[in-house]
Order: sequence, then structure tokens, then C-alpha cells
Amino acid sequence: MDNMILTIITFLPVLGVLAILLIPKEQVVSIRHTTLFFTLVTFVASLCLIFRFDPVATGMQFEVNIPWIEQFGIGYHLGIDSISLLLILLTTFLTAIATLSTFKAVEHSHRGFYISILLLETGMLGVFAALDLFMFYVFWEIMLVPMYFLIGIWGGTRRIYAAIKFVLFTMIGSLLMLVAILVIYFQYHGLNGEFTTDLIKLTGMPLARDMQMWLFAAFGLAFIIKVPMWPFHTWLPDAHVEAPTAGSVILAGVLLKMGVYGFLRFCLPMFPIATFEFIPIISILAVIGIIYGALVAMVQKDIKSLVAFSSVSHMGFIMLGMMTLNLQGMQGSILQMINHGISTGALFLLVGMIYERRHTRMISEYGGLASQMPVYSTFFMIVLLSSIGVPGTNGFVGEFLILLGAWKFNAVYAILAATGVVFAACYMLWMYQRVFYGKVTNPANQTLTDMSLREKIVLVPLIILIFWIGVYPKPLLNLLEPSVKAVMAQVEVGRAEYNAYHGIVESVASEIELSDAENVKPEGTE
Amino acid sequence: MFDLIFIVPLLPLIAFTINGLFRNKLSKTVVQSLAVGSVGVSFVISVLLFVELIGLDPAARSITQVLFAWIPVGDLQLNIAYLLDPLSAVMILIVTGVGLLIHIYSIGYMAHDPDVKRFFCYMNLFMFAMLTLVLGDNLILLFIGWEGVGLCSYLLIGFWFEKKSAADAGKKAFIVNRIGDFGFLIGAFIIFWAAGTLQFNELRAVAPEMFVVGGSAITLATLFLFFGATGKSAQIPLYIWLPDAMEGPTPVSALIHAATMVTAGVYMIVRLNFLFVMAPDTMMVIAIVGCATAFIAATIGLAQNDIKRVLAYSTVSQLGYMMMACGVAAFTAGIFHLMTHAFFKALLFLGSGAVIHSMSNEQDMRKMGGLRKHIPITYKTMLVGTLAIAGFPLMSGFFSKDEILWKAFSSGQGHWALWLMGILTAGLTTFYMFRLVYLTFFGERRYDDHVAKHVHESPKSMTTPLIVLAALSVIGGLIGIPHALGGGAHFKKFLAPVMAAIPGETAHGGHHDMTMEYILMAIAISIFAAAWFLARYLYRMNIDKVTSLKASMAGIHKMLLNKYWVDEFYGAAIVRPIVNGSIFLWKIIDVLIIDGIANGLGYIARDMSQTFRRVQTGFVRGYMVAFLFGVVLIIGYLVVR
Repeated sequence: MDNMILTIITFLPVLGVLAILLIPKEQVVSIRHTTLFFTLVTFVASLCLIFRFDPVATGMQFEVNIPWIEQFGIGYHLGIDSISLLLILLTTFLTAIATLSTFKAVEHSHRGFYISILLLETGMLGVFAALDLFMFYVFWEIMLVPMYFLIGIWGGTRRIYAAIKFVLFTMIGSLLMLVAILVIYFQYHGLNGEFTTDLIKLTGMPLARDMQMWLFAAFGLAFIIKVPMWPFHTWLPDAHVEAPTAGSVILAGVLLKMGVYGFLRFCLPMFPIATFEFIPIISILAVIGIIYGALVAMVQKDIKSLVAFSSVSHMGFIMLGMMTLNLQGMQGSILQMINHGISTGALFLLVGMIYERRHTRMISEYGGLASQMPVYSTFFMIVLLSSIGVPGTNGFVGEFLILLGAWKFNAVYAILAATGVVFAACYMLWMYQRVFYGKVTNPANQTLTDMSLREKIVLVPLIILIFWIGVYPKPLLNLLEPSVKAVMAQVEVGRAEYNAYHGIVESVASEIELSDAENVKPEGTE
Repeated sequence: MFDLIFIVPLLPLIAFTINGLFRNKLSKTVVQSLAVGSVGVSFVISVLLFVELIGLDPAARSITQVLFAWIPVGDLQLNIAYLLDPLSAVMILIVTGVGLLIHIYSIGYMAHDPDVKRFFCYMNLFMFAMLTLVLGDNLILLFIGWEGVGLCSYLLIGFWFEKKSAADAGKKAFIVNRIGDFGFLIGAFIIFWAAGTLQFNELRAVAPEMFVVGGSAITLATLFLFFGATGKSAQIPLYIWLPDAMEGPTPVSALIHAATMVTAGVYMIVRLNFLFVMAPDTMMVIAIVGCATAFIAATIGLAQNDIKRVLAYSTVSQLGYMMMACGVAAFTAGIFHLMTHAFFKALLFLGSGAVIHSMSNEQDMRKMGGLRKHIPITYKTMLVGTLAIAGFPLMSGFFSKDEILWKAFSSGQGHWALWLMGILTAGLTTFYMFRLVYLTFFGERRYDDHVAKHVHESPKSMTTPLIVLAALSVIGGLIGIPHALGGGAHFKKFLAPVMAAIPGETAHGGHHDMTMEYILMAIAISIFAAAWFLARYLYRMNIDKVTSLKASMAGIHKMLLNKYWVDEFYGAAIVRPIVNGSIFLWKIIDVLIIDGIANGLGYIARDMSQTFRRVQTGFVRGYMVAFLFGVVLIIGYLVVR
């Protein structure tokens, strides 16, 4: 059972696709319910993982490893640690929620829509479960297809432009990744006389520093575009604005995490020396992204693109946390991936709800909704608080850990990043004021109805998670710790060579802290 | 009994949850009873806890109740845990006691508001956050309360959100506080990486080993924390949100923006006094900022016409006193003033609310006058509050302010200039407060008949809290009468276990020459009398002269009336550039440059592939170009690097 479960979870949605194909395309309701059923079953199945997961064991669990294309050394290799476990849970959870949210949003080609959602889910689950480079690549690319259709067919007015932009940006990155995979493949053969794409075998392969640099760059570009980090982020606002609600939820909630996950699972463990080399450049991009995303979000006129730019800012936090390479920063980073999936997913759901009512997302079209839709505005406020990291919500725990870790890593970056927290309050509250406060001035808003039962059911689980992770994140943090430590240990391998190359002599940790603290001028503190 | 500590903050949270979820189904009476009742029971438990604590040996008066582990990551072990010691015991008494009175008052004050249920929800949430703030046993749990009260402040300032000014003020309060919170977090980071813990009692134990007195780490950490305090406690440069916060309902101004939340910065500094005393430079900054804030806010208060705005600037000014006390290491005096201020400022705000209530929501003092005959209870209690804040001998404010001024003069960190500014501020305070009293309650009536018809004394639910607070404003100072006046300084003795010895100073010998203390006290009383006399002369006896006086000092008056144009300056120097810069980033960097490059490459790819297509059909267009582009990028990076 344990070695089958990952396969079952990954391909359950495909089974759902087959089921939907059997339903005549006119029977929209049963198509919807079938999709919801399969996403729920997948979610429940992934919940089983938690109960069978050994929290103290190191290494991968639920592994299945059978030869697939033997002559090329490609294997069907799945397995997860606690990092992928949480991301899989996030995926199945958000897909089910997103499916439920679409019941009124889709206006044509229902069958195609739900098939896309289900295929997308399999693609995402495969990415998080694959332990074979080839398989990972296949799932990574498969995902693009349904996402392309989701944006391009069920999207807004500029959907074609957005869909092509999304695919082209991603493709540029993933092609380089494919080249890098081939290089590793032949490198391994050169060293061991064996062809393999197995990640576990490839990890720890002694690669020369220069080779690592090239490979890290090739993988890294693919992941950076996916995250997306500044300046490769411009596909994101377009994709989000044009995508249907469910597409935005999954895009922001899960797809962006794949970039970060890629770094964690591939770049950092396989190329530890290069990791140290690239940390300065990635962390500075992260900090730029935090501030840049927040500032640009502030002046957006469209609520969805505001949320999209806020994602750029949040993803900057997540990448910064990972680059700290310390326990607080990295755990915060991974926890924040989950948090961002929850809060930004919820934000897109909420925006989708008024979009369904008014068919506009322009902030200026609204105003005074708090008196018109009190329940909706309360939900929005709670999610907003989570998004800007108010203590007591999940967002705070993640941001706090990231910034705490970042301070040890580089105090100046931590200070710069922390300004992002201030700007977050600015853009969110300003938007909230313009949408919800004041009097209802636009007559079109006077007939708005408050949330329906289905809409509440969609959001309540997310709200519960927001508070649960905010108040009692301990189980998640404990779960993550061994896996994070494992990644840290894999990266640590590269430190000696990095130091030797740059002639760095390790100094006592406490001295670093002091000098860090002294680098910061007290100006502006009074 | 100490097992019940967690109940104190929990009860308002439960009431908030029930009222919040079911407020549509519950009647107004049920909501109000739950809201007021939960705070009432919390107050009773606080009193019992206090009694229990006093029964303990002074050295044993520190009880930690760990509820559960919150954020455990590596060395970072944060618990949800409450700490009851003399400091937090005093604070929960103030918060629940004054909070209860204000909740009761709100029943009357908000009786006609259709959204009264929502109001009580927010108020309860605030109580929970504030109690968590003062009971938290580590810096980050304190921070939960810290941002929680900020959130409630935002919600309550913007309670009448249909009014743009109210929504603006709420947002401004939240954002300015967030700027301060940024400093708070940075300070916490420095402390954690230097000391390895954020738990107060552990910090106190390890601080002397982990930090060097006057070292850069401790100085920076405390400066950043103080920056956080300037946000919450409305000090220069972040005080600007508090006057605007008066857009909220008056009970909110009394509870949040006078008695409790705004004192959180002072509380935090006193809570961490053992760290601050290790950073003399920070202490100097705190003393100067506090002193300057006290003085400048008092000057602005002279020229305001809105009754609540006068009180708001007065609050900023009084908070400046508390900060100055912290800056001269007179932490006990700071908390003492915090307590007396909670009594008399809550009283004054509630009194002003009763005035506004009786005046059909008029807040401009120029349109009041002669009210003392019509609302006698409000008048008498407000007069008591005025005497207390002005420092009339033997009233609560007299003792606490005198203690601060004396320490500013005499303590190791003190300076005569601080005392001088402090005593001038005291004079200004007396003047603007009596100006308020005379304009509101004396002289001719300046309101129209329509308003006059409705002038009435407030209901019992509003006057009773006024009377209780008035009594507290009179006698509240008695527990801290200094030795110089033959008192026992009980308050100081009670708080002593929380306070750290100041490095480099011998233990308090206490036998200083009291002559100087008496001289300063005499000066203070004379200045009080002079300022009262001046206010009486101008606003009671010769109100016509005010106009000519204003005209003769038109420039200064305009400057004070416009609050030194600080808001305008911030708008032009900070807000505007940031917004314009953001538009630049979006329109130019994002759309024009980055997207321009991306789209340009797309067009090149299309054109090239069309060229290539002629040469060789079946070419996977775009892919190859993209590949080339990527390689060039990497080579470029490696070469340039």
C-alpha cells in the first residue's frame, strides 16, 4: 500500500478525466459534481499520507522506484519528504476549493474546463512527488498545457496574449533546464559509467565548481521565472488578470511554489558550491522583488493585478528565506509557501466572487461594499490580515521566521525586506478602503448580494487554516524540521570548497553577528 | 488561583467570538451583557490575582503560566505563555478596570448607533489584545497584542467607515503604527541573535552576560525598539496618527487612545528596563524625544478648537512625560503616571463625550459655553480631571508628574534642561486645560436654540463611570506619595522587583537632600497657579481680549493651528515621492522596459523564424531562439561577473 499511494494520488485526477469523458457534455451539473468528487477523493487520499508519514525518519518516504525506460536509465521514481508532503496537501486542498468556486464562473465548454483542472492537478502532484529528473521534467511541462488552455480559453479579454506570454516565459526557462538535465545525465555517465536520471543518485555527485555554476544557472533560470522573481515577473500580472478565478487560485497557490520547490529539491542539493556562489544574486533579486512588488501593487487599478504584484512581493520573502540557509529562514520560507497559497488563493477567490457579480475588477468601480456586503467584507478583512502578516494569522509566523533568519544572514537585506511589510499594509488597506469603505456611490453596487452558502463553504476552510497556522504552527514546524535540516546538510557539503575557492577562513559566528549589527547605522530610528 | 491568569484575556476573546459569529441572531441586550460581563469578570479575576500576588514574598512575585508551544524552530522557542508579576498585575488592573468603566459608559453613549453590536465586538477584541500585550511572557507574544491593539484601533477609528475622514484616519493609524512595528521587529531580531532568547525572564537573566553596557548591539536593539514605541505611544516622529484617531467614537478615544493602547510603548520599555539601562545613549534619546514631544504637543494643544483634539494633543504630551521618565531611568514614575493618566484622561475623554452627546454631536468649543449649569455632573467631574492633569496639589497627577520632574532633574540620566522643558509643559497643560473648561462650561452660550433644546445631562450609565473615574483621579496618587511628602512610596516598592539596577550606579541610597525637591515642587505649584490665573484671566474674565491676542500673534497662532504643518511635510516629502516612484516603476520599468524587451524578443523570434522557415521548414521556432537567448544571458553573466 505505502508504495502505491503516491501513484494513486497523482493519477486519481486522470481517472476523473476518464470519468468526465463518459458524461455527455451537456450534463454540466454532473460534470461539475464528478470533478468535485475526484478532487475531494484526491484530497482525502493525500490526507492519508499525513497519518502514515513518519515524522522523525529522514530521507524520502512512500518511495516507489521501478525501471521505466531501462536503456536510458529512466525510472518511475516517486517519493516525498515533509516539504513535498505539505505542498501535495496544499495542491489537493486548493484544487478542491478552486473546483467548488467555479460552479457559477464557467460559462462555456464546461467539460474542457474541468478536464484541464484535473490534468493540471496531476501535473502539479507529479512535480512534487517525482524523484527522477526525467519524470520531473515531463510533469513540469505537462502542467503548461492545461494552464495554457485555462487562461487562453476561459480567460478575460487579453487572454491570448497572456496565455502565450505565460507559456513563452516558462518555456525559455524549462528548455535550458532540459539541456542541463542532459548535461548532468552525461556527466554522471562519465563518472560512473551508468546512465541514470534518478535524483537520489545524482544528488551528491561530485561536480566541479564551474560545471555546478552552469547547471545551477540553467535550472535556476527556469525556477526564477516560475517563482517569479524580479525582473522575470511580468508574465504573472497578465496571466493572473486574464485567468479565470480557479486558474488564478491554482497559479498563485501552487504553480509559483514549484519554482521555489525546484530550488529546494534540485539546485540546492545537487549544486551546493554553486548555491553559495549564487546566494548573493538571488537574495538581492528577492529583496528587490519584495519592495518592487509591493510598490507597484500600491498603484494598481485592478484588484487582481494588485494581488498579483503582492504575490511578487511575497514570493520575494519566500526566496529570501530560503537563501538564508539557516533553520529559521528556511522553515519560515516553506511555511510561507503554504501560507501564501492559502491567503493569496483566498484573495483570488474573493475577487472572483465580486467579479461574478459585477464583471469588473477595477477598484474605482466599487466603494461602500462594507455596508452592502458585511459578511463578504469581514471575510475579505480576515484574509487581508493574513496576507499582510498580522500576528495571530498564518502570515505572521512565516514572515517573522523569514525576517528573523534574514537578519542573521544579512542585516541590511532584513531591514530592506521588512519595509515590504509596511508597504503591504499600505497597498492592502488603501485598496480595502476604496472598495469597502465610504458610501455606496455606484448604483450598480446597490443591488449586490452578500455571500451565498456555497461561497462561504469555499472560504471557511481557508479561514480556519489562517488562524490555526497562526496560533498553533508547531505541528507543521516540527514536521518540516528534519527535511529542512536534510537540505541544509546537503548544501553544507559545498561550503568547504566555496570557502577554499574564495580564500575564506571561517570566523566565529558571534563576531559575524556583531559586525553585522555594527554595519547598520542607527539613523532613521529616532 | 494563578491557574486563572489565562482566563483574564480569554474571556473578552470568547465574548468577541460569540458576538462576532452570532451578532445577527443575538439581541442588543445579550451582546452588551456578554461584552460588558466578560470584561467585568476579567476585572474581578485581575483583582483576585493582584491580592494573591501581594500575599507572596516580593522575590517570588513572578508567575509564568505556559499554555502551549507556539513557534519552536531551532534555538527559537516561543511559547504562548502569560507572565504575572507586579508590572503586569498593575497593567491588567488598569486595563480591565478602566476598560470596564468605559464599556459601561459605551452602553449609554452608543445606545442610538445602529451598529452598536459591531462596536462591542471590536471593543472586546481590543481587550483581549491589550491583555495579551501586557501579560505576554515573551517579546513576540507581546507583539501579537501590540499589532492586535493596532488592528482594533484601526477598526474602531474607522468605525463610522462611511465617513471618508474616519476611514482615512483609521488607515493612517494602522500604517504609521506599522512603520513603528518595523522597528520593533528589528529590535527583537537583534536581541534574539545576541541573547538567544526573547522570553523576558530569561532575557533579564542573560542580558548582563550577553550585552556590553553601551555596546553597539544593545544600543541599536533598544533604539529600534524605541522607534517601535514612538509609533504606538505617539511620540515624535510618529505621533501624527493620534490626533486624527479622534474620528472614532469617544469611548474609543478614552479607552484606546488615552488610557491603554497608547501606553503600550511605555509599558514595553519598562518591561525591558533591564535592557534599556544598559544603553545610556538610547536612554538619552528617549528622554529628549519624550521631552520634545511633551512640549511640542502641548503647544499645539493651545490653539485647537475641537474639544477632542485638545485632549488628543494633551495625550501625546502626557505620553511624552512618561517617555521622559523612562529616559531618565525613572521607570516606576513612568508607570505611575501611566496609571494616573489612565484615570484622569479617560475621565476627560468620557466627559468630553458627555459634552458632545449633550450638544447634539458638536465638538467645536467655540460653539459651546456656559454648560456648567446644564450638565453639572459632567462639569464637576471634568473639573476634577482638569485639576488632576494640571497637577493641583495632592491630586493624582500632582504626585506622578512631580515624581517625573524631580527625576528628570535629579537622576543620573537627568538634566536641568529636561526639567525646565517639563515644567514649562506643565504650565502649558494647565493653561490649555482650563481654556477648555472655561470655553466649554463658562461664559455665554454660543450654540443655537435648536441645540439648546436638546442639552441634557447624560444617563446614569455614562455619569457613573465619570464619578468613579473622578474619585480615582483624586485618590489614585495616594499609593505613590513620595518620602519627601511623608508617604511610603508603596507603588515604587511594589514595582521594585521588576526594575533593574542601573549599571554604574550604587543601589538607591535614597537619603538625598530634600530641600531641592521642595524647591522644585514649590516652583511647579507656582507655575500651575500662574497658568490657571492666565487662562482664567483670558477665557473667563476677558474673553474679548483673546481675539486681539490672536491677531497680535497671528503667525504663531496659524502655525499652531496647523500643527506646524508636519502632516503636509510628510505628505510632500514621503508619501508623494513613494506613490510617484511606484507609478514610475510600474509604467516605465515594468510595462515599458521589461515587457518591452520580452515582447521585442518575441517579435524578433517571430521574424527570425519566418526567415528561417524559408531556409528550413519544420524548424521549432522560438525554442531555439529562446535557447540562444538563455545561453547568451549566462555567458554574459559569467563574463561580466
